[in-house]
Amino acid sequence: MRFKKKRANPQQEIPTASMPDIIFMLLIFFMVTTVLREYDVLVKYELPEAVSVEKIENKRLLSYIWIGNDERIQIDDSILPVEEVMNVAYHKRLSNPNVIMSLHIDKGSRMGVVHDVQQQLRRADALRINYSALRKL
Amino acid sequence: MFLKRRISREAVIPSSSLADIAFLLLIFFLVTTTIDVDTGISLVMPPWIEDVEQVKVKSENIANILVDEEGNCLLDDQIVSIPMLKDIMKEKIKANDKLIISLKTVRATPYRIYIDVLDELKQAYNELRDEYSLSKFGKPLSQVTEAEMKEIRKAIPQRISLAEPEKVD
Repeated sequence: MRFKKKRANPQQEIPTASMPDIIFMLLIFFMVTTVLREYDVLVKYELPEAVSVEKIENKRLLSYIWIGNDERIQIDDSILPVEEVMNVAYHKRLSNPNVIMSLHIDKGSRMGVVHDVQQQLRRADALRINYSALRKL
Repeated sequence: MFLKRRISREAVIPSSSLADIAFLLLIFFLVTTTIDVDTGISLVMPPWIEDVEQVKVKSENIANILVDEEGNCLLDDQIVSIPMLKDIMKEKIKANDKLIISLKTVRATPYRIYIDVLDELKQAYNELRDEYSLSKFGKPLSQVTEAEMKEIRKAIPQRISLAEPEKVD
């Protein structure tokens, strides 16, 4: 007498029919989270370091100002004189009342120019600022 | 008589390459996405007022910090080193909860030193808030909820005043 072993005969293929759907879901996630706007930074700068830095969760509120080591000021894609900062900041505030001005300032620059820019921002009523700094370890 | 011959065409779009196309797009977005977050020290500046009326503040409620162009730091007419500022200010804020810190620089002060000083002040406030949060809610500042954070902010408000830099020739 022979005993026949009962073997289950499972299907050996992984169903791939839903793969495009999964890929599309991932794709849509990345499309939604991507912020494509990048700027050409025309000034040279090196950020200072600080311990008590905070993360900014909402990148869409941010608007950048760069001040390079030669004290040139850049907003968006152009170099501006100090007096123009108010106008630009005012328009930014009109289109986005909660705008946070992120100041990327070279660590060697003098407080004079920083203060001038801050006064311009105050005149434009863009009061929320963020001194961009790296986390000191 | 002409009979139109109809050619029956199969009307199926091949969808086997759909996954590949989706993959390509996915890889593009994966590569271009930047997840790095901006870090920095946040401040809210006071609104611009044309003719500033002088608000008198009791001299015991104000701590004057003056930073010169060489990085020397003067706290109420005493020279202190910047790394010590945190502990000194913590004691001062603890002793007087109405304390306003007035941070003043000269126009030639390097930005790096200004950030160092501001960082010390922020650290002092953060540590005080952390202690308050531990004693009140039993958890560190990083884990409190929004409502609790509001209460902490009310209990220990940040009063940093940025004064106009002095012109020094």
